[in-house]
Amino acid sequence: MITRTFDDVFAPPEDHGHADSDTNVMFGFWLYLMSDCILFAALFASYVVYSHSADGGPTGRQLFDLRGTLGETMFLLTSSITCGFAILAMHRRQARQVIGWFVVTFLFGLGFVTMEVSEFLHMVAIGAGPDRSGFLAAFFTLVATHGTHVTVGLIWMLVLMVQVMSKGLTPKVQSRVMRLSMFWHFLDIVWVGVFTVVYLRSMV
Amino acid sequence: MLGNLTLAAIPYDNPIVMGAVAFTLIGGAVVVGGITWLGKWGYLWSEWLTSVDHKRIGAMYIILALIALLRGFSDAIMMRAQQALAEGAAHGYLPPYHYDQVFTAHGTIMIFFMAMPFLVGLMNIAVPLQIGARDVAFPFLNSVSLWLTAVSFGLVMLSLGVGDFSHAGWTGYPPLSELRFSPGPGVDYWIWAIQLSGLGTLMTGINFVVTIIRMRAPGMTLMRMPVFTWSALCTSALIVLAFPVLTVTLAMLTLDRYLGTHFFTAAGGGDLMMYVNMFWVWGHPEVYILVLPAFGVFSEVVATFSSKRLFGYTAMIYATVSITLLSFIVWMHHFFTMGASATVNSAFSIATMVIGVPTGVKLFTWLFTMYRGRLRFTTPMLWTVGFIVTFTIGGMSGVVLAMPPADFVLHNSEWLIAHFHNMLIPGALFGYFAGYSYWFPKVFGFQLNETWGKRAFWSWLVGFYVAFIPLYVLGLMGMPRRMWHYNNPSWQPWLIVAGFGAVLVLIGILCQLIQLAVSIRDHAKTRDLSGDLWDGRTLEWSIASPPPVYNFARIPVVYDRDAFIDMKQTGTAYVRPDEYFDIHMPRNTGVGFIMGMCTFVFGFAMIWHIWWMAIVGALAIGSCIIARAWDDDVDYYIPAAEVARTEAARFRALASAADAERAVADNFRMRPLPELVD
Repeated sequence: MITRTFDDVFAPPEDHGHADSDTNVMFGFWLYLMSDCILFAALFASYVVYSHSADGGPTGRQLFDLRGTLGETMFLLTSSITCGFAILAMHRRQARQVIGWFVVTFLFGLGFVTMEVSEFLHMVAIGAGPDRSGFLAAFFTLVATHGTHVTVGLIWMLVLMVQVMSKGLTPKVQSRVMRLSMFWHFLDIVWVGVFTVVYLRSMV
Repeated sequence: MLGNLTLAAIPYDNPIVMGAVAFTLIGGAVVVGGITWLGKWGYLWSEWLTSVDHKRIGAMYIILALIALLRGFSDAIMMRAQQALAEGAAHGYLPPYHYDQVFTAHGTIMIFFMAMPFLVGLMNIAVPLQIGARDVAFPFLNSVSLWLTAVSFGLVMLSLGVGDFSHAGWTGYPPLSELRFSPGPGVDYWIWAIQLSGLGTLMTGINFVVTIIRMRAPGMTLMRMPVFTWSALCTSALIVLAFPVLTVTLAMLTLDRYLGTHFFTAAGGGDLMMYVNMFWVWGHPEVYILVLPAFGVFSEVVATFSSKRLFGYTAMIYATVSITLLSFIVWMHHFFTMGASATVNSAFSIATMVIGVPTGVKLFTWLFTMYRGRLRFTTPMLWTVGFIVTFTIGGMSGVVLAMPPADFVLHNSEWLIAHFHNMLIPGALFGYFAGYSYWFPKVFGFQLNETWGKRAFWSWLVGFYVAFIPLYVLGLMGMPRRMWHYNNPSWQPWLIVAGFGAVLVLIGILCQLIQLAVSIRDHAKTRDLSGDLWDGRTLEWSIASPPPVYNFARIPVVYDRDAFIDMKQTGTAYVRPDEYFDIHMPRNTGVGFIMGMCTFVFGFAMIWHIWWMAIVGALAIGSCIIARAWDDDVDYYIPAAEVARTEAARFRALASAADAERAVADNFRMRPLPELVD
C-alpha cells in the first residue's frame, strides 16, 4: 500500500480556485468576447451574402460616404488610444487621470455614435432604410449591432467613472476597468472589419 | 396601451386549449397552495430561488426539465392521437392550425426547455463535484442563466392561454414564419422564448468552460478528468461557439417581423435559404450539445456498474473532441434538397459519415468496458444498455439519410422523424434519465426507488420501439412529416400502433412520477449515509450526500483518473483532515431571480408590441445589472469551526454507515467501506 501524508492527500489551504477570482473573471470575459466575435462573424458572413441583394435599390457605392466613415474610424481609433492612457493612469494609481482620460474616450465614442446615427438617419430619409432591400437590412444590422455595442460601452464607461470616483481604484474596480478596456479595444477591431468589409469593399 | 393585446387573445371558444389552461392553472394552484399550507415561502425564497449553489441550481434546472417533459409529452400524445384518427372521412379532434401549434410546441419544448435544462442541470450538479471545486466559476451568472431559462419556458406556457404559439415548426423556417404568413403573436412567442433562454445558455457555456479549465483540484490534469466533465467541457465550448449564430439568426427574423426588413422574405432581395443555413450552423452543433453530456453520463455509469476502469479512456476523449469539431462541418445534411451541387452535397455527406466513426469508437468503448466486468443492472445501467442497442439502430438509419440520393426520397418524411427520435431519445433523454437516477442520491441523500425505476425503463424502452419503428415503415411508404390529416388507409394501422407506443411511454412517465413519490415517502429508509451509494469512481462520491454547501472541506489532491477509486485503494478515501480552514463562498442573491422576472415582462411586452412596457422591462434589467456591478459584498466566509462541526457529523454518519454495512448485505456495493482513518 502506498503511504501518503496529509499534505499528499489535501491541497494546501490557500484560496484554491474559489468562485469569482479575478483571473477567472478575465478568462470568462475573454470567452464572452470570443462568442461576440462569432456573433459578428455571422453578421459579416450574412452581409457578404446579401451585399448583392440590393433589389434594384441603392447600392453601397451610391450610398456610402468614405470621408465621413473615415472620420468615424479616426474617432474610434483615437478613443482606443485614450482608453489605453486611462489604463496606464490606473496602473500609476492616478484616479483623477483615469477619469480624465475616460472623459476624453467617452467624447470620442459619443462622436462616433452621433456620426453613425446621423448617417443612418440620412439614409432612411433618402429612402435607403433597412426595409428597402436584403442588402440594406444586412448593412444596418451589422453596423448598428456594432453601434449598439459602442453605446453599451459608453453607458458602462459612465458607470465605471462614477465607481472610480465613489469607490476609488479598489482591486474590484480596477478589474472592472480592465474588462471595459478589453471590450473597447475589441469593438475597435470589429470596426476595422466593418470599415474594410462594408465601406472599402463597396468602392472596389 | 396594451399593444396588440386584447381580450380576444384568450381562446375561450377552444375547449381543448381551455382544458390545458385549466389543467396548468390547477397544477400551479396546487403547488402554490401546498407551499402556503406548509408555510415554506420564506424557505423557498432564501434557500432556493435566491440560491447561487450549483447543486440547488442544478436541481431546479432538472425540475424545470421534468415539468417541460410533461408538457412536451402531452403535445406528443396529442399528435399521435390525431394521426391515429384522422384518415379519410375522419378529421380527428384537432383543427389543423391547432395541430401545427402542437407539433411546434412539442419540438421547441423538448429541445429548449426539456433537454437543455436537463443537461445543464446535470452539469451543474456533477461537474464542480467531479473536479473537486466548491462552486462554478460564476455562481451569480449561473442563477441568472437559470431564471432566463425558466421565464422563457413561462412565456411558452403563457402562449397556451394568451394568444397562440408558433405553427411554423420548431425550426421556424421562413417564409411561413414571416409576418405575411404568420401575422399573430405565435411566432413572436417562439422567437422570444428561444432568444432569451439562449442568452441564459450562452452564459452557462462560458461559466462551465471557465469552471472546468480553471477550477480543477490539484493533480487533475486534463487527461485525468472524469469523462462526464470532458463531455461537459466539449458541450460548453459548442455552446459558446454555436449559440451566437442562433442569436443572430433569430434577430434577423425578428427584424423581418418587427421592422419589415427583407432577410428571409421571398421579395425585396431576401434569401430564405440563408435562414436555413444559419439555423443549422447552430442546429447541428446543438444536436451534439444535447448528446455529448448524455455520452458522458453513460461513460460514468458503465464504468461504475461494471466495477471497472473505463476501457479506452484516451480514445473516448479523442472521440468526444473529434465529434465537437466535426459537428461544425455537417450542417448541410439537414437540407440536401436545397439544390447545392453534387460536389457540395458529397462533401457534407462524407463529413456526416465520418462523424459516425468517433461515435462508433464510443460504442465499442462502452461495450469493452462491460466485457468481463462485474455488472450490476441498476436503473442507470439499464438506461445505458437500452441506449447502446437503440442508438445503434438510429445511427444506421442516419447513415441512410446521409446519402443525398436516399435523402432526396426520405427528406421530410416520417423516416426522418423516426431517425432523429431514435437518436435523441436514447442518445440524450435516456442519458439524462441515467444521470438523474445516478446522481439523485448524491443531491438529496436518498435513493430513487429501483423497482419503479426499472418499470419506467422497460415501459419507455418498449414504448419507444412501438412508437417509432412504425414511423420508419411509414417513411418508406412515403408519408410526409407533420400531417394533420391523410387519405391513405394503408398508413392508418401503423399510426395506430405508434399511438399505442406513445401510451406505453405514458406509462413509463407515470412510473417515474410514482417512483419520485414513493422514493420521497420512503426516504428515511433509503437514506445513504456513506455518500458513496454505488461504489463510485470519481470525486463526487468521496463527500457526503447531500454534500455540504462548500462541497469539499479540504480540496483533495488527485493522483488518478478514477480519483476516488485510487483513494479507496490507497486507504486515503476517508482520511480526517488534521485541520480545517475558513471557506470562501458566494452569498445568495435575489438579483438573478428579479432579473428573470424583468426579462419575462420585457419578453411579454415585445411579443405583444407593448412598447412602453418593453422599455420599462429593459431599463429594469439594466438597473439590475448596474446594481449588481455596484455590490462588492458578494461573498462570505464559513468559519473553520463550523466546517469542523459539519465534518464531524459527516464522520459520525460514515461510522454508522459502516456499521449498517456489516449488518445488512447491500445490493449494490461489491465490497465494504474501507476502514476509517482518524
